[in-house]
Amino acid sequence: MENALGITRLKNLGLPLVIIVGLLLLGLPLFAGQFLSYLMLTFFAYAITVIGFNLLFGYTGLLSFGHALFMTVGAYTAAFLTSSFSLPYMELILVVAVIVSTLLAALIGAICVRYIKIYFAMLTLAFGMLFYTFLLKFYYMTGGDEGMRVLRPFLLGIDFSETPKMQFLAGSYYFYAFVILAILTFVMWKIVSSPFGLCLKAIRDNPEKAEYLGVSVKKYRWYAFVISAAYAAVGGALLAPAVGQVDPGLTYWTQSGTLVFMSLLGGFEHFFGPMIGGIVYILLQDKVMSLTSYWRFIFGAILTFVVIAAPGGIAGVVSSLTKRRARGG
Amino acid sequence: METILNVLFSGVFHASTLFLVAAGLQVVFGVQKVFNLACGTFYALGAYFGITVVKLLVDHGFPKPLFIAPLIAAGLLLGLIVGPVIERGLMKFVYDRDETFQLLLTFGIVMMLEDVIKFIWGTSPQSMGGIDLMYGQLNVLGATVPVYNLIVILCSLIIAGLIGYLLLNTKFGRIIRATADNREMSEALGINMKVVYIKVFTLGTVLGTLGGALVIPAGAAVSEMGVELIVLAFAVVVIGGLGSMKGAFIGALVVGVLKSIAISTYPELEMLTVYIIVIAVLVIKPEGLFGGSRV
Repeated sequence: MENALGITRLKNLGLPLVIIVGLLLLGLPLFAGQFLSYLMLTFFAYAITVIGFNLLFGYTGLLSFGHALFMTVGAYTAAFLTSSFSLPYMELILVVAVIVSTLLAALIGAICVRYIKIYFAMLTLAFGMLFYTFLLKFYYMTGGDEGMRVLRPFLLGIDFSETPKMQFLAGSYYFYAFVILAILTFVMWKIVSSPFGLCLKAIRDNPEKAEYLGVSVKKYRWYAFVISAAYAAVGGALLAPAVGQVDPGLTYWTQSGTLVFMSLLGGFEHFFGPMIGGIVYILLQDKVMSLTSYWRFIFGAILTFVVIAAPGGIAGVVSSLTKRRARGG
Repeated sequence: METILNVLFSGVFHASTLFLVAAGLQVVFGVQKVFNLACGTFYALGAYFGITVVKLLVDHGFPKPLFIAPLIAAGLLLGLIVGPVIERGLMKFVYDRDETFQLLLTFGIVMMLEDVIKFIWGTSPQSMGGIDLMYGQLNVLGATVPVYNLIVILCSLIIAGLIGYLLLNTKFGRIIRATADNREMSEALGINMKVVYIKVFTLGTVLGTLGGALVIPAGAAVSEMGVELIVLAFAVVVIGGLGSMKGAFIGALVVGVLKSIAISTYPELEMLTVYIIVIAVLVIKPEGLFGGSRV
């Protein structure tokens, strides 16, 4: 009873909080420096990727260790369309990225979702590394380990090539990416609260029971796989013009590990958890990297700490604290 | 003919160190059910530490031709220290958790150890300056093979034999196999899991550090070698079958030889073929070639 009360309170608090944070992020370039806005821009790209990733990880219970593959598909789509084909229209890039990654994920997913747990993780890892070697070895197409340049895209058909780089990234491009993030977050919220999303949770908690109840487990896992891949492709496509460069390192297995890290750090059991993880990861990385070149050690230590002591991540810690307070007062 | 033999020998040489790391991965997975991503980093640690020890000794007048003895000792010692520290300090907290968390913990260990290596040895490549060449080369049916490579292959075979003996003919081996088969039952029979886990994890670590120490005279230590090797070792255990020692042996040969064939014929396909085989195995026979047979 008390517990239920606590949850309702949280929910009542939730929507205004999301709106406030959203407005703060939207207005950020007006009062913060360009560099912070740029960092947040990269966060938007990662945020889209991890909320997609978490549909698979948190909601369906499948740990992919090769999800960076689809992010890379999006990033290389941006590179190919802007540099090789001279079609620098951001909307086109996004559409092509989603189509390519959806097709690829439909194929890879059909193979991967036959397995769960460690075998699923290994199979996705293998596909990610397969793509990595493909990008690396077919250098006449992909530029090999030097990667490819990503030129500045047109937004809504408007050419911004006269605008200084940081002004573009912390300005028009920032708002553009924000709007996409907002839309996709809303869509994902609708997905996870729909009957489809509930089925995914049922599959995660008890696949046999879900199957008995008439949920086609494999098909639903496959849907989740494809949707999460499409999200990752959008994230990658938005990230590429911000960085200005893509290279095969984007799809290395440690990069997929970073996506898992973000989700875990923020708390994969909460809808906004992975995003919180993403924002903390990016801000902390920037801070720690400026202090020491051994930032990986610190991040490794954080990861081990979260795994051992706070597996619910930041969101898990916060919500257990608020619940306790609700119970106490 | 010579080229085929050369390719084959270099493949088997790769396979021999790959087998050690993969065997470490297998024994830990078999008993503790943890897929230890840090195995590759143990290999890198062993390589760097081996270089430091041998260099130090040679500088202090240690007879050069005998360098292989302290090298093996260095690999063993490092594993015997690092293994228990990591097992007691970190791994023991997650045995009851979901395997996702176990996998991520080892990923965190990889991140930390990578920077420890960078901190101690820096980012520039390290090598022993071709110390392996002092054993000369051997002509085998027209193919020239460095003697040191043959020594490594031999060492690896001896270690494989020792592991086989340990698992099949000793009390500890029986305990390992029993635990891999049914942990609750072994515990109920009075086996001290804590001790078994420390020993097994240390064994896995030693195999990694020893592999790194043995291979490094013939190459150079670079900071990415750990994360690169773990992917190969991963391919080995998938092809051979998770948890199977025989699988690690065959898998290492498949990956090692395949890699060196691809490098000499069509380098673009080098790792591509390995991953395609991995995926094919996972799709057709996910338990691997020797899956099902325990440890």
